[in-house]
Amino acid sequence: MRLKLVPQNTSFDFFSRWKLWLGLSALMIIVGMASFAYQGLNFGIDFRGGTTVRTESPQPVDVAAYRAAMDPLGLGDVSITEVFDPTFGDDENVAMIRIQAQEGAESVTAQVVNDVQAALQGHDPEIKFISVESVGPKVSGELVQTAVLAVVLAIGAVLVYIWLRFEWQFALGAVAALVHDVALTIGIFSELQIKFDLAIIAALLTIVGYSLNDTVVVFDRVRENLRKYKKKDLKDVLNISINETLSRTVMTSVTTLLALISLYVLGGDVIRGFVFAMIWGVIVGTYSSVFVASAILLYLGVKRDWSKPSNTAGNQYADIDA
Amino acid sequence: MLQIDTWKRVLIWLVCVTGLLMALPNAFYTRVEQSNDAIAEIELKGETPERLILAEQWPAWMPSSLVNLGLDLRGGAHLLAEVKVEDVYASRMEAMWPEIRDALRPERATVGTIRLQQSPADEIRVRISQPEGMSRAVEVVRGLARPIQTLTGAGSTDIEVSGQGDILTVRLSDAEKLASDDRTVRQALEIIRRRIDEVGTREPTIQRQGADRILIQVPGIGSASELKAIIGTTAQLTFNPVVSRGTDANAVAGVGNELIPSIDETGVFYVIEAAPVVTGEELVDAQPSFDQNGRPAVSFRFNTSGARKFGDYTRDNIGSPFAIVLDNEVISAPVIQSHIPGGSGIITGNFTVEESTNLAVLLRAGALPAGLEFLEERTIGPELGQDSIDAGKVATIVAFVAVLVFMALSYGLFGLFANVALIINVGLIFGLLSTIGATLTLPGIAGIVLTVGMAVDANVLIFERIREELKTAKGPARAIELGYEKALSAILDANITTFITAVILFAMGSGPVRGFAITLGLGILTSVFTAIFVTRLMIVIWFERRRPKTIEV
Repeated sequence: MRLKLVPQNTSFDFFSRWKLWLGLSALMIIVGMASFAYQGLNFGIDFRGGTTVRTESPQPVDVAAYRAAMDPLGLGDVSITEVFDPTFGDDENVAMIRIQAQEGAESVTAQVVNDVQAALQGHDPEIKFISVESVGPKVSGELVQTAVLAVVLAIGAVLVYIWLRFEWQFALGAVAALVHDVALTIGIFSELQIKFDLAIIAALLTIVGYSLNDTVVVFDRVRENLRKYKKKDLKDVLNISINETLSRTVMTSVTTLLALISLYVLGGDVIRGFVFAMIWGVIVGTYSSVFVASAILLYLGVKRDWSKPSNTAGNQYADIDA
Repeated sequence: MLQIDTWKRVLIWLVCVTGLLMALPNAFYTRVEQSNDAIAEIELKGETPERLILAEQWPAWMPSSLVNLGLDLRGGAHLLAEVKVEDVYASRMEAMWPEIRDALRPERATVGTIRLQQSPADEIRVRISQPEGMSRAVEVVRGLARPIQTLTGAGSTDIEVSGQGDILTVRLSDAEKLASDDRTVRQALEIIRRRIDEVGTREPTIQRQGADRILIQVPGIGSASELKAIIGTTAQLTFNPVVSRGTDANAVAGVGNELIPSIDETGVFYVIEAAPVVTGEELVDAQPSFDQNGRPAVSFRFNTSGARKFGDYTRDNIGSPFAIVLDNEVISAPVIQSHIPGGSGIITGNFTVEESTNLAVLLRAGALPAGLEFLEERTIGPELGQDSIDAGKVATIVAFVAVLVFMALSYGLFGLFANVALIINVGLIFGLLSTIGATLTLPGIAGIVLTVGMAVDANVLIFERIREELKTAKGPARAIELGYEKALSAILDANITTFITAVILFAMGSGPVRGFAITLGLGILTSVFTAIFVTRLMIVIWFERRRPKTIEV
């Protein structure tokens, strides 16, 4: 007997309350953006400059003592957090120390790093510094620009591609879903104050890619069904298309989530934030391809008179042979 | 109906086998790495029995390229340095002054006496006592300009000369500044490369980034500070005439002169002429040695033009002191005892043996043309890298097994086909990564895991489509055929859009992010290939053998 997550033939009505779903999405975006505006993202040093030191010691991490040891250095804003991870052994007590970019220093000062290391070694002679990263304010400013540009470019390129392959309504629907996913991801990072660094930008772009993948599959079926059922309401065609692809949507989401969750649990703390972003992205991306992209398509309406004749194969790639 | 030409079948299997073969060395990473290192050493330093044993750990006829591990996996240091290109302008202008002086001297009748004036570092101002002669002075100095070759500034020259009242101003032209910046960065890059090579670490990455930046990544080095110590020193060696020696840190040096401290006599300052007699650029060799008292020293030799300048200067200035200046500190200021014609000499100072060895290395590699400012530095300990590799390995295997089991449960036999394709897929990714010499980073591992999850998508699309077609189509063969045909446009559209984002990530990202983009992009290519060719071929072969009347997907 086969494992079936979705019954063979489904006929859920995804659009009976489509305005409600769109409204809900809009509300979540507003909450996310309000959180973003109110407390902002917890930017890593990639984006705001500064230094992070990762320490490891057989002794337990004593945040207060670390702080006391570093206080005399007068480094301004210093945050110390203990890192827990199931992959650590008993003698691995890890802490992350983040020091703000030092006033007036354009480049990275080795002095600060040396002072910090000496101060902490005074407290705990067994402490090891397993990674030290410093980013100057000049570079971090540019990294922010590049990151924003990358996300905007990706969304723009996709808009153009879908526009060329489908119709502009599809492109708008897909892009609305993308913006929705990116906004919600930024929202949750701001709400939970998870460290937001360069890797998260990579995750954001992957979410863009994944969500799009999903949206395109649904749209591809919509396009095919628009030719097949010329008389049916757009709403019915959308419903049929989503139901027909539902099994695939669920299957792919589940395999991807299986892979990501094992990475989240076992992959170590260094990439946990990155993987979290992707897991979140897969979930909202799957949701958005139905409840945002398709709903927008329904709202905008589409041209029903496809000039291309519908043949059995139904698309221009049909002649490609193995 | 379900037919694939024989040559296509051969080609598909050939691609798979080649890919897997290229990926194979990675399964024996340490062994192959040791073997590769040993082979490189044998070529460089000759054969020894130990090296031969190491080299023979991996058969020579097998492919031996490995996936490069990124810094975050191997540990090491990363630096992003900005070359202070403006530094060069000042020294260019300093070197101009004797030329201008010599050019204007014969014109004394028209321009009168000339005096160097205070000016910003990137220009020279000369006061002439007869302002009426300014046009002639400008003309003469313009004659010193050299044409430069650039893409945009055809016909432009390296200096701009202007006269205002009795002040003649010479500055570098914008075109020359651009050309000079480019030269400076390229020179700095080359010197950094030479210095790192002299220390002999493996596989360093030294790349130019943007107009004036250099990215340096050295795996296996202890810390970024160590790396900075090797490359951060300018090692600008010059020989300058000494004007005076004193203990006043605020002494007025006078125009065209410079006040600099002594390196080992605290509180002693020298006033020297800013324009050097000879510079370290004209050194052809520098070796650590000992002076006649047995103290560590560095012996050096000039090239022909350096030797001539040095010879002429020592001949003309017997009895006066000259300063050996390293990075704006006087190492020593001996008095010239006699004419030194041969162009070789010895630098003494309070060196330790290690310092004299280092100085010799730096002098041999050449001076950095300009200072470096470090904008970004990262040190990743090897333990952290190893932890990440271990965690990544476990996570990948678990993800892999979970997806394999899930696919088999969902699609039965067809799921097994997809699983074989998935295994081939990951093999192909590693094969491609090794072949193109790409770097695997921690986010890159995440990219592979993500690909494992997403690669089945194409197969899922096809299988679901076959299920649908089975309901309507005549017979299983037709259903399979239609399933592949109709799923194709969705597969291509979906993967092309994801590929677009991977390309943008690659173009805009750096370091680990770029590593992620590479594995994601390659993963898309290989997963499309395995889905539409490999699984199809497997299904067709199975179908031909069994000829089932009904199929269950």
